[in-house]
Amino acid sequence: MEFLQHIADSFNYWIFIILMMIGLYAMVAKNNLVKKLIGMSIFQTAIILFYVSIGYKENATIPILSHALIHEVHHEEAGHYKEAVQEAHHDEGNAAEAAHAAAEYAAEKAGKYLEHSDHAILDINPDDYVNPLVHVLMLTAIVVGVATLGVGLAITQKLYGEFGTVEESEIIEAIKFEK
Amino acid sequence: MTWIFDLILLVFMVITALISLHVKDLLSAAMIFGVYSFLMCLLWAGMGAVDVAFTEAAVGAGVSAVFLISTVLRTSRRSSD
Repeated sequence: MEFLQHIADSFNYWIFIILMMIGLYAMVAKNNLVKKLIGMSIFQTAIILFYVSIGYKENATIPILSHALIHEVHHEEAGHYKEAVQEAHHDEGNAAEAAHAAAEYAAEKAGKYLEHSDHAILDINPDDYVNPLVHVLMLTAIVVGVATLGVGLAITQKLYGEFGTVEESEIIEAIKFEK
Repeated sequence: MTWIFDLILLVFMVITALISLHVKDLLSAAMIFGVYSFLMCLLWAGMGAVDVAFTEAAVGAGVSAVFLISTVLRTSRRSSD
């Protein structure tokens, strides 16, 4: 069981290598253009698997802060801001009054933050959350992957209209024959 | 114990990838590639990358499979290898 656990820790990376090589093999060796594009998609998802595996931590949860304290502080701040704005609007035309209210609000906000910041910062432990940076990068990679797949399939359809086949060898044969 | 499920998912992913490249019928290949994408999305959801997982489920498994099937229906369904 200990040995299996040890294998499981780095199993993602082994599978990443295997999947990437399967995709590369399909892109190089398969004769059918649709099969080549499926291989390309497998290659891309394997690389995304690698990056997501880098960001993973043991016993970590999804990167969304779920502490009630932070929400409370934000609600209070919003309430104070509303009051300050209402005060400023009440004495319309009195610019000095409005500026004073704004300054008061800023000072109050700073005080509130300092008052609560100890708890707010101490409650957040980065080890509890998986690294969200790689997720954001990989979201872009997925969309780019679908775009390249779509362009490749569009070119495949064009080639089928021209040559009547999606097999690479037959297309090369037809091009040679035309020359 | 979640690592056992991860192992099963990873092994099934390799199997589906190999089958989708091995079958002669391109429509079957497209559908099995959709299965591969869904397994990948399950794995990512288990690893805490939920945003990546639902993007993959919608875009990877959904739109990619639709693209592949529409191409197969507009061209030929048979593959030589």
